[in-house]
Amino acid sequence: MRMLINTADTVVADALRGMAAAHPDLDVDVENRLVVRRDAREGGRVGLVSGGGSGHEPLHGGFVGYGMLSAACPGEVFTSPVPDQMLRAAGAVDSGQGVLFVVKNYTGDVLNFQMAAELAEDDGLRVEQVLVNDDVAVTDSLYTAGRRGTGGTLFVEKIAGAAAEEGAPLDRVAAIARQVNESSRSFGVALSACTTPAKGSPTFDLPDGELELGIGIHGEPGRERRAMMTSREIAEFAVGAVLEDLARSGPADAPVLALVNGMGATPLLELYGFHAEVARVLEARGVPVARSLVGNYVTSLDMAGCSVTLCRADDELLRLWDAPVQTAALRWGR
Amino acid sequence: MRDADFFRRWLDAAAAAVEREADRLTELDSPIGDADHGSNLLRGFVAVRAALAGADASAPPGALLQLAGRTLISTVGGASGPLYGTLLRRTGKELGEAAEVSDEQVREALDAGVDAVARLGGAAPGDKTMLDALVPGVAALATSYADAADAADAGAVATTPMLARKGRASYLGERSIGHQDPGATSSALLLRALADAAGGAA
Repeated sequence: MRMLINTADTVVADALRGMAAAHPDLDVDVENRLVVRRDAREGGRVGLVSGGGSGHEPLHGGFVGYGMLSAACPGEVFTSPVPDQMLRAAGAVDSGQGVLFVVKNYTGDVLNFQMAAELAEDDGLRVEQVLVNDDVAVTDSLYTAGRRGTGGTLFVEKIAGAAAEEGAPLDRVAAIARQVNESSRSFGVALSACTTPAKGSPTFDLPDGELELGIGIHGEPGRERRAMMTSREIAEFAVGAVLEDLARSGPADAPVLALVNGMGATPLLELYGFHAEVARVLEARGVPVARSLVGNYVTSLDMAGCSVTLCRADDELLRLWDAPVQTAALRWGR
Repeated sequence: MRDADFFRRWLDAAAAAVEREADRLTELDSPIGDADHGSNLLRGFVAVRAALAGADASAPPGALLQLAGRTLISTVGGASGPLYGTLLRRTGKELGEAAEVSDEQVREALDAGVDAVARLGGAAPGDKTMLDALVPGVAALATSYADAADAADAGAVATTPMLARKGRASYLGERSIGHQDPGATSSALLLRALADAAGGAA
């Protein structure tokens, strides 16, 4: 497998050096693995900190900036960051208004953020945490690790970030983040495995002519393998799974934000073609699409495939979604 | 009685075992995880070696284990960092300030460490996790260190037919069956290293 890298060991540090070179408005600490908005402590805002394993770019570092995250903590590839990083990030962005940790629901992320939150509170900071668990492919029960956090993370970080930018207090920002998570559902499919730099070979074997349904974002296989489907068939399946779950917690015909997300190696040409099918399915089911976003945002290295995330959005969430944002990967209105 | 040197030898043997078995741990982590268990633990134990080399020569067993635990938490990441870090920190706390501890105290301290891991991860034996090696392993400490290592090995092998209920392997549901759990495997290495430090006898 050919990769555009120096060595597998330096992939994360090299990418951070690149972010520093490309985005002077970010304070990138390569040694301590932090991406911080330079003006994070100005204006008395609530700090928004997220993080997770690397390999999902632009998530999370690409979402640091005006109207979104205050800081991001990248771990090794597909490995949660360590508590020292989140603690340092919280200290770097807290302006006295408190800090919200946006945590994707993976055992490692949950444990490391929890440890960091306890240490930060020992330091006198006010910390709230919101858990993102939008992936309907995983059975949620007390006896499992629960649903994974995937594409819904983008909605949580954008919308809660807009609330923080407006000066909302910590409890309000946290409540909005939870509302967005509770209103979001995702489903992903893989047309290929991905290759981690450390391993150098695909994380699983997927023969030609087959696909994986219900994948996560760490190169793990999905719940089920099937014969290859057309874009239209995949859209029917994925949107069906998302809507079925979403309907359990609210009206089936409420307007939604729609994210068609590429896993890293699927061209935009295909993603837009897929979005056409998603839009068609939603129209046929009477679900109005209030806003759409198509692109590679919550990726899994070089995996081919896509995910669909729908977020049921009321007027307030739509207003916050439309609010200006200026980050490396998402920018409008400013 | 076991002095600080015993615990330094244990952690050194654990680091050597992780170095030797890193590729195998990563290989086990490929079908049901994300192929990084070996490299993550290796990063942690390399840091533990450096931390212990820099530790005060008079540091008692409890302090050494707590230092090793804190180092793992700060360097490993993922779920393994907090879980292994908590295991060693809690075990170290239980040993207190004593310069020498009995085998009975080691067993009781490890028992408390394993309890702390179970609470933190919310897992129970049978969930296809570290606990499937640690729980039988620490129970067998009542007879000897060698028995503990053997019981942990058997516990790790016994995870193969299990359905994963915790951690990343649980996302695979039924497809997690038929693979030995990498966390249970590294836990068995840790108890084998303890037996090595004890010279294979109680």
